[in-house]
Amino acid sequence: MAELPPEGKPQPARKAQPAGKPPAPMAATPWEDELTLQLRAKFGEQILEFSSYLGQNFLIARREAVIPILEYLKAEAGFDYLVDVTAVDYPERAERFDLVYILYSFARNQRIRIKTRIPEGFRPASAVPVYPTANWLEREIFDMFGIEFAGHPDMRRILMPEDWTGHPLRKDSSILDMDQRWVRQHLGIESGQ
Amino acid sequence: MPDSTFLDATELVLNMGPQHPSTHGVLRVILKLDGEKVIGTECVIGYLHRGIEKIAENRTYAQFAPYVDRMDYVAAVSNGLGYCLAVEKLLGVEAPPRAQAVRVILTELNRIASHLIWLGTHALDVGAITPLFYCMREREEILNIFEKYCGARLTTHAFRIGGLQYELYDTFEQDVRAFCDMLLPKVDEYEELLTGNRIWIGRLKNVGILTAEECKAYGVTGPLLRAAGVPWDLRKAQPYSGYEQYDFEIPTGTNGDSYDRYLVRIQEMRQSVRIIRQALDGLPGGPIMGKVPKVIKPPVGEVYVSIEAPKGELGYFIVSDGSTQPYRVRVRPPSFVNLQALDRMCRGALVADVVVVIGTIDIVLGEVDR
Repeated sequence: MAELPPEGKPQPARKAQPAGKPPAPMAATPWEDELTLQLRAKFGEQILEFSSYLGQNFLIARREAVIPILEYLKAEAGFDYLVDVTAVDYPERAERFDLVYILYSFARNQRIRIKTRIPEGFRPASAVPVYPTANWLEREIFDMFGIEFAGHPDMRRILMPEDWTGHPLRKDSSILDMDQRWVRQHLGIESGQ
Repeated sequence: MPDSTFLDATELVLNMGPQHPSTHGVLRVILKLDGEKVIGTECVIGYLHRGIEKIAENRTYAQFAPYVDRMDYVAAVSNGLGYCLAVEKLLGVEAPPRAQAVRVILTELNRIASHLIWLGTHALDVGAITPLFYCMREREEILNIFEKYCGARLTTHAFRIGGLQYELYDTFEQDVRAFCDMLLPKVDEYEELLTGNRIWIGRLKNVGILTAEECKAYGVTGPLLRAAGVPWDLRKAQPYSGYEQYDFEIPTGTNGDSYDRYLVRIQEMRQSVRIIRQALDGLPGGPIMGKVPKVIKPPVGEVYVSIEAPKGELGYFIVSDGSTQPYRVRVRPPSFVNLQALDRMCRGALVADVVVVIGTIDIVLGEVDR
């Protein structure tokens, strides 16, 4: 296949976009239905955008408004199942991280995403009081991206070793990077490569 | 979550695992005990963390596909199906009808294989050795079919983005039908061994109860949610791969305890056979690959696609930046989320029940840790 990388070598962290025309932005269309009207009436300017892409609805909210929106959706709109919480890193952006909450409603059989943007060092409020599922999911985000959640009952690493330094899923952490000190101390070797 | 007062005089802290036979892999559970009663648990995971999500960002879409098989390695076909569907959605292509039907057959076979492994090992945990041999014997037939189809038995990489790489081999239909005919009486046999067995009932009944409300609060899906009486299955709720064409039921329980989870999984094997037979009856002809470009380069966008894996909702959240490599792949693993409810299920139970509860969640550590 044409896409194979050079023999056995791991590829560099990420190839820069080839010069020339940048790819077109996400072709999202506006999302409007009963729920968006309700939310707009309740939260107004706090919600920046209601969009839909490939038939999947999402909204972008101001970071302070996320937890009130989750509370509202759970209590008033039947979104009783928090499917997933995750983050996406855009290091070149001023508000570096996207936080993504995926919700599902059993009653409506409907899935929506709540997105928000947060800068480096910002401590978003934890969703654990609203959805207990968020506990481990937020711990994983902390582990992988270094985003600390305020009010989380147990903000520790979950997958990486406790005394590891660095957050592997940040874009500035290459797959060749590792905590050399940790490897030397715990594995007794110079490098894990 | 347990606090820092682990070492009170009346409390005993016991480490279960990471190398414990009933944790089904490298899971460490720290138990806080009062006599034999569990007053708190803490899971230590990550021993099998390989950074699958990071690997994805450094591979092309097609190159990453084999890696997903290494998450839930007893249900590798389901992992592959979810990933292919997610990338196909981003690309705007759909697998042709023949490929979809074959995908359903192989995925359901894999569901049976996963449930068989669960049943055998769980019975072993509880002290019944015989079912393990029976279950492994039947699972072998499934693995043989996989091997004949694609050459691999466990980490199959059976599907390609856009369809299938291989056409079915000549005796595929015959083999699968023979397997279906063979399996149903065997499932009855397992039931004869276990369903009315006093020890089995004594160990499983009313152990690890999780109500429907608690399931929803903890995001628990799959057989655990159905055992609590919620007839929710993504194959019915949001059908994919043509599941809407097949006639099958969603088995549910009433108590949400370990025994009901066992019954639900037994019923699911029978339902899977039903689906496989229908898919074989109506197997369409035609191409097995959709119109997929040589270089897979989805437009900028993001998508969340989930399927009903044997363990629950398996989701892929993929962000594309318009290049040949995904910008971000997030896997929503059912085992990881379901395991979180372990503490809720174990509090107040006995040490021996912890083994049962870990067993009935049906975790695969490769998927918990990724």
